Amino acid sequence: MRERAQVPFEFCCCIELRQMLGLKAETEKELAGLIKLVSLDSIYYHTCGLLLRHRYRAGAFSNDFATWVAVQVGDRVLGERLAVLDPLSFDTLVDLRDEIVSVIDGHLKSIVVVPRVVYGEPFHFIQSRIVAVPAGTVAYTLEEFRQDVSEVDDRTLYYHTLEARVRHKHRHNDFSAWLRDRLSLPTLAARIEALDPFTGGLEWVRTQMLAYCDQVLIQGRDL
Amino acid sequence: MNAARLDDYREVTSKGTMCFLRSLAERVRGRRFLHVNSTSQGGGVAEILHRLVPLMADLGVDARWETIKGDPAFFSVTKAFHNALQGQEALITKDMLEAYIETNRENAGNLSLEGDLVLIHDPQPAPLINYRPPEGKWVWRCHIDLSHPQRQAWRHLRKYVAKYDGAVFSLPKFAQRLPFPQYLVYPSIDPLSKKNCDLSRAEIDGVLDHLAIPRDKPILLQVSRFDRFKDPIGVIDAYRLVKKHNQCRLILAGGGAEDDPEGGAVLGEVRERAGYDPDIHIIELPPDAHLEINALQRAATIVVQKSLREGFGLTVAEAMWKGKPVVGGAAGGISVQVIDDVTGYTVHSVEGAAFRIRHLLNNPDLIARMGEAGREYVRHEFLITRHLADYLTMLLVLTA
Repeated sequence: MRERAQVPFEFCCCIELRQMLGLKAETEKELAGLIKLVSLDSIYYHTCGLLLRHRYRAGAFSNDFATWVAVQVGDRVLGERLAVLDPLSFDTLVDLRDEIVSVIDGHLKSIVVVPRVVYGEPFHFIQSRIVAVPAGTVAYTLEEFRQDVSEVDDRTLYYHTLEARVRHKHRHNDFSAWLRDRLSLPTLAARIEALDPFTGGLEWVRTQMLAYCDQVLIQGRDL
Repeated sequence: MNAARLDDYREVTSKGTMCFLRSLAERVRGRRFLHVNSTSQGGGVAEILHRLVPLMADLGVDARWETIKGDPAFFSVTKAFHNALQGQEALITKDMLEAYIETNRENAGNLSLEGDLVLIHDPQPAPLINYRPPEGKWVWRCHIDLSHPQRQAWRHLRKYVAKYDGAVFSLPKFAQRLPFPQYLVYPSIDPLSKKNCDLSRAEIDGVLDHLAIPRDKPILLQVSRFDRFKDPIGVIDAYRLVKKHNQCRLILAGGGAEDDPEGGAVLGEVRERAGYDPDIHIIELPPDAHLEINALQRAATIVVQKSLREGFGLTVAEAMWKGKPVVGGAAGGISVQVIDDVTGYTVHSVEGAAFRIRHLLNNPDLIARMGEAGREYVRHEFLITRHLADYLTMLLVLTA
């Protein structure tokens, strides 16, 4: 695999500036009501943005709403129903927001008393603004790409997988798009595209990407 | 201490983070970032600014730090303000408010307040906003727990704070109703400072010998002021429950009581509750006892921070950076730092603290595992390099 792309992959890193909205929920009903009201940047922060936090702080489930109802309110059922939502499977954040509200509303209709936080913490709404900067590395070949992926900050992985798909509305993540379009490696691209950061985490995504790249480099052809 | 340079942090942070910081700094090179607070010595804010400002300068930012000057009367007013804003009873009279305003007016005439971004730390210099130059963004950085302020004190302060362009708080629950964006930035520890740098076994032993603490039993440690909100009595009670089953020593180490009228009374209560137990060590330390605190934290088996009320509680991050599991009260920033079952335990009672301490003492492998997890967590979330990135991002976004 000595192929050299004419257009390099330019790695970008990102950081989020977190802004508190001064809104908090103490019951599941309030949570649903505020989810309808807050900006899409807040929906993004509490779902996708979770991957920018250290995995220990990311919580038990794959989004903040699920973790809060399960851990702070103690409603494991709703927690599990919200946890299974995959932000990448929605075309827009509006669709994701609608589905979250629909899951909570459906759950509330099936129970008599609205669950609320008693001893735990209320849910504080936050929104984030993602700021991207060049990471200072570019790759022309698969070898270079593999080397850079092994070294870049996990926020770089986030930017090219989550931010590219959800906020920039790219159909594919940046890594897959470049590998397919610039290095003609469609199967490798598809395998990387299929990696789910919400269940495995970004470090797992990195490990899998490196393993796939190694296979291609050893075999000398696409997977 | 020499002026800090980013390269000094190569050993404690990832290559990716170093590259990212340099890249981020390129975008704000030459912009003016002014910090203003009320003291250059003592306290967590000054401690971190001593490193952050040189680091910003090293990265090409035109970073400056000014401190306001005041007489003892001014600082007694601001201390009362500080207590009232954190929910304690404090009387603030009209004369006190006038002294507060007048001292800030005098300082405004003596300080150079130009900057593209001006970060005013805490309530003491907040009225400087009345003297802001026509250019630049002004942001109020609040390091204290504003979740339950005395309304009168907050009403006075809010008059000034509302004139800023934004505010920064350490936790979402500290945020207030204000007419501008409120940002969330966690505080941080400096891994290279005297309080957190690596120490040799000989250095640690030297400090323990000096403080007459034998190393014959596991050590439980709480480092904090002698303040009721830190619940030192509760820590002794928890230790007594542990001691029924496990051998251990308890060290309560904290700052002297001279700047805190209640501190002496609390210290007396603590000594009384400790009685003549030779395994309880109550140690009063001066504010600059960084080496001693570092050594005690490294010598500890488990670090306790059983606060009932807490600002952010960076002693938790300090302990975790030294690879110690933490048993902490579920208060303030402790809940953000202690990840249950991973880096330690948050507890809600004396019994809960005792149970978790016993569980850890009986599982040495768990102590090691949690210690390692805690250090990695701090590396990612609570080091000065992350703090630097947050401030550079604010500079980039707010002065674009």
